[in-house]
Amino acid sequence: MEELFPNLALGFHTAVTIQNLAYCFIGVFAGTMVGVLPGIGPVAAIAMLLPTTFHLPTVSALIMLAGLFYGAQYGGSTTSILVNLPGESSSVVTCLDGYQMAKKGRAGPALAIAAIGSFIAGTFSTMLISFAGPALAKITLEFSAPEYFSLMAMGLIGSAVLAQGPLLKAIAMILTGLIFGMAGTDVNTGVPRFTFGAPGLADGISIVVLAMGMFGFAEILTNLEKGYDTAGRDLLTKKIDHLYPSLQDMKESIGPILRGTAIGSFLGLLPGAGPVLSSFTSYAVEKKMGKHPEEFGKGAIQGVAGPESANNGAAQSTFIPMLTLGIPSTGAMALMLGALMIHDIAPGPEVISKHPDLFWGLVVSMWVGNAILLLLNLPLIGLWVRLLQVPYRYLFPTILTMMAIGVYSLTNQAQSVYLMLLFGLLGYLFKKLNCEPAPLILAFVLGPMVEENLRRAMLISHGDPMVFLTRPISAGFLVAAILILVFMALPKVGKTRE
Amino acid sequence: MQWKIKNKEEFWSGMLFLGIGIFALVISRDYFIGSSARMGPGYFPTLVGILLSILGGIIALRSFGVEGKEIRAVSWRAIVMLTLAFLIFGWAMEKIGFVLAMFAMIACSMMAGKKLRLLELLIMSLVLITGSIALFIYGLKLPFPLFWW
Repeated sequence: MEELFPNLALGFHTAVTIQNLAYCFIGVFAGTMVGVLPGIGPVAAIAMLLPTTFHLPTVSALIMLAGLFYGAQYGGSTTSILVNLPGESSSVVTCLDGYQMAKKGRAGPALAIAAIGSFIAGTFSTMLISFAGPALAKITLEFSAPEYFSLMAMGLIGSAVLAQGPLLKAIAMILTGLIFGMAGTDVNTGVPRFTFGAPGLADGISIVVLAMGMFGFAEILTNLEKGYDTAGRDLLTKKIDHLYPSLQDMKESIGPILRGTAIGSFLGLLPGAGPVLSSFTSYAVEKKMGKHPEEFGKGAIQGVAGPESANNGAAQSTFIPMLTLGIPSTGAMALMLGALMIHDIAPGPEVISKHPDLFWGLVVSMWVGNAILLLLNLPLIGLWVRLLQVPYRYLFPTILTMMAIGVYSLTNQAQSVYLMLLFGLLGYLFKKLNCEPAPLILAFVLGPMVEENLRRAMLISHGDPMVFLTRPISAGFLVAAILILVFMALPKVGKTRE
Repeated sequence: MQWKIKNKEEFWSGMLFLGIGIFALVISRDYFIGSSARMGPGYFPTLVGILLSILGGIIALRSFGVEGKEIRAVSWRAIVMLTLAFLIFGWAMEKIGFVLAMFAMIACSMMAGKKLRLLELLIMSLVLITGSIALFIYGLKLPFPLFWW
């Protein structure tokens, strides 16, 4: 605790340089754009921007990519409110009341309250990271191979349980991700596995290639199939005359904002839960707690304030397990973890002690980024609205060419482009068959660490699998994993989940 | 119980997972398995391959029991054009340079949409090619030759 201030000072020192402020700005600006534009999600966007960060210092790269991620949460709410079209899945519930508010000519207050709520939630979860992060890391420093294996197993099972669609398919996606993660040279023996003699695969499949295929290419193909076009949407732009919410609005929103912040910051910690679940939960809570539940769906400001705070709070707190345990809980965090590894930083509890400038710089930059977003979002609404009017038939060729250049630049060989195409087609097939890709990419990133820790644990125990159960912490994780599974397998819960 | 595929979505996802599982098993036959105390490179892939094959089989079998919705229609035009776009782009980047690779990419992907207007294609190509030369080749200094010479 007494170390917090020097640490935060280090963070400010790192984050508030002209260079890093600029990267933070680029990140949140691009992120808002991604959030506004339909048809490209934060995961694909991080994958697209990742190759351009290779030559940057690690801190700057992470600051920019993180900004992209939480900026997208802000952007997603803008389209929900103005055009009834969620830019991100975490803003789906914002459509319910946000769009109704816009229809009544209250788009300004809706956008403003979403931004203010997001800022409050962002500030709170940033503080949570700076308190909880080091504490968690200290506990996990005691972990050895069996604990890590069980922790990762629990994380993966959690992500399967919270994924959309049938549980069995989500588990199968995890196993598929583990297999993809094995491609490359086996660290222990130097044997090349699943490389098919291709020299480009000796270092394994690049996460950029996999994510861009599964999330970018597949998404665009699906959109084209639906005959997606943004033209002819009902834009409620003329009506934004007053931006700022009234005192009454603020009074009605402060409760939902604080509750949303708490819900989001907590749910963001759980594997696989993240922003989507928290925004739905917050909406349900507000509807139950509100004095006028009948107003929900008809433009209640509480229905915007709560979920928008929750999704941003969750977006930030998903960083905690990623940074301190090395366990990503969403697809976007899997990519952030991939970015760390590309910059030769071994993920895990040692990140904070070995790279304090990175950890604290990132934490502070998130707070700075939230402030930038609060200032930027409202004045720039006109720009975002204009961006929304760009027809999809101009948009998707642009996104595709950026993807192609990004992937090619990884190796300067056509091979990576073809590999991305392969994963893109596979990702499309998965989408078609209603298999959620997020658990796959989590398992892909964690795969090598899962295997490594399994091997080490079994070596220590001389091949006795009981080692995972005789060590109390490890057993605790496994029991928790089984409890989550059993709980979700109960028919009643299973139904509400769908 | 009738032996009829009631849920195509489940059936084909099961078959896909079964396929990936068996594929992993076949490939990892060549890797040394070792023992559970000293795992070789083949141990984990074989383990995961077996689990995935079993799970895929269960998912496929379950599809005979539960009713499910039909799979949405496939747009072959978009699939073929986007596949071509990336295949040609990869080849062209290595052989005939950035400008033509970009043009092929843009042309193919625009053909994936509903209808192609020539003027739109020309304007899009001009904007995207000059823009990305400025951004990627001059800005980020990526070493792409513009043409084949």
